Amino acid sequence: MSALEVVTAGPLTSVQDVGRFGAQRYGLTPSGAMDRLSLAAANALVGHPLPAPVIEIGPTKTVLVARDGQLCIALTGALRFARIGDNPCPLYRTFILRNDETLTLDAARKGMFSYLAVTGNLKGEAMFGSFSVNARAGLGSPYPRPLQSGDRLTYENAASLPDHTMPPPVFRDGAIRVVPGPQYDEFDESTELFFNSPWQISPASDRMGYRLEGPSLTHAGRFNIVSDGTVDGSIQVAGGQPIVLMKDRGTTGGYPKIATIISADLGRFAQTSPRHTFRFAAIDVNTAQQEARAFQALLQSLPDRIRNSV
Amino acid sequence: MNNQPYKPSTPRVLACGDTALAVEFGTTVEAESNRRVFALDRVLITSPVEGIIETVPTYRSLLIHYDPLKLGFSELSDRLLVLLDRPDTADHPSRHWRVPVAYGGAFGLDLDDVARAHNMSPADVIRHHSAPRYEVAMIGFTPGFSYLRGLDPAIATPRRPQPRISTPAGTISIGGLQAALQCLAGPSGWHLLGRTPVRTFDPQRDPVFLIEPGDTVTFERIDAAQFERLDRLAECGETVAELIS
Repeated sequence: MSALEVVTAGPLTSVQDVGRFGAQRYGLTPSGAMDRLSLAAANALVGHPLPAPVIEIGPTKTVLVARDGQLCIALTGALRFARIGDNPCPLYRTFILRNDETLTLDAARKGMFSYLAVTGNLKGEAMFGSFSVNARAGLGSPYPRPLQSGDRLTYENAASLPDHTMPPPVFRDGAIRVVPGPQYDEFDESTELFFNSPWQISPASDRMGYRLEGPSLTHAGRFNIVSDGTVDGSIQVAGGQPIVLMKDRGTTGGYPKIATIISADLGRFAQTSPRHTFRFAAIDVNTAQQEARAFQALLQSLPDRIRNSV
Repeated sequence: MNNQPYKPSTPRVLACGDTALAVEFGTTVEAESNRRVFALDRVLITSPVEGIIETVPTYRSLLIHYDPLKLGFSELSDRLLVLLDRPDTADHPSRHWRVPVAYGGAFGLDLDDVARAHNMSPADVIRHHSAPRYEVAMIGFTPGFSYLRGLDPAIATPRRPQPRISTPAGTISIGGLQAALQCLAGPSGWHLLGRTPVRTFDPQRDPVFLIEPGDTVTFERIDAAQFERLDRLAECGETVAELIS
């Protein structure tokens, strides 16, 4: 059976799919791909169901090699230079990685995460319906942790595909849209500061949370609230500093949450590089849900965007 | 005097982005809010609403994750307000667990400090801590981390000013008026009184999660030798917590 062997991988590289649901009431967070659009695009290119597991690759240089046969791959997400051996491997296109050939991804130039889909069935065992790695809970398959040098991912029935390509789906530009709340009213004049200031993402960020750098926000009430539930994109403010809770978040938290990033913008936010400046804009929940429907339609349209490359 | 029937205040429905909402019954740890959270959670189990993905009961609010493609915010809010008026008739036998704890020493680094802070002996702190029947108000933060309501105020202790970066798996701790039974190793700003060999979360065991929100827990003191024995059994997948009722 063909396998993909890890030669070099950064700490943010792990197997991810759409995540596991149903156990947040026991403290188990869903995890899953940080950028659902790029996950779906990678899967569409290799003919897999859009939520299927892929390798989520962090922004640092990454090297993988095919073993025991060839693999058909497709790479999406962060803008970066990739090559197979010495030949360029453009994004959003299927390629054959022959036995013992090396796939090298340089450090990301724009964006944070790449998504590598491989034809065939990744050998492993789903837990709560998901392969997604949640290192803190010791879950994920085939390895319950980020990938390390020497790891091997085995693929059954790794079929070859025609040479497929897809115009990269384009994220919209502009402010990251949020729905205010659930504790928006605890922040008084700080809410203006939140919406009128430029923000950057701290390099000290990971799949649990993105720390924001900008002005310090003050609370009308206390810094601690009685813990309540969190969601992907909750913007909690701890000691004045906002932290956006991401896919490996704690399921509950004891800090007030000023706003929540809408689901349609969360992947775009996850791909924001440190040092890139952005702003937040408020929209109401009904508009956010229209955006969620439009985003779902975009995901569903991905298989129709595939062309045979000439 | 006009004898008004007791009418609980209407909860607030708060949008948490476009895929979740919180039904908030209060902002404190009072028991009444927690009871109403569990009541609504049970109503949603007996009268499921198409489009709800999962619910997360917490001290004071019920977080509802839902699919905005199937259910709009206003529609779900309206349906919840109707369901809130429905009496909680669901059968809900809450389970009562006896959880063994090794107190003090290397098991509970802060036991002596907590005793000093309250001018009592470590044995007194253990007596106060192992007497109540706690209610699992919420499970959250990390898998199996159980927040317990019912701490004896005589040993209530403000959180540590400096949280610890790491505390061991099975840590039994108190912070303010709350008590906790923690499963995985992790950071904590609470006071460590002991450790239990019980794994509330074990992905290799059936059931994966031992304790439900709403269950009750009583602690039972064990010594180091018993801890080692039970810990080995737990390692092999035994629950080692006793179901009393």
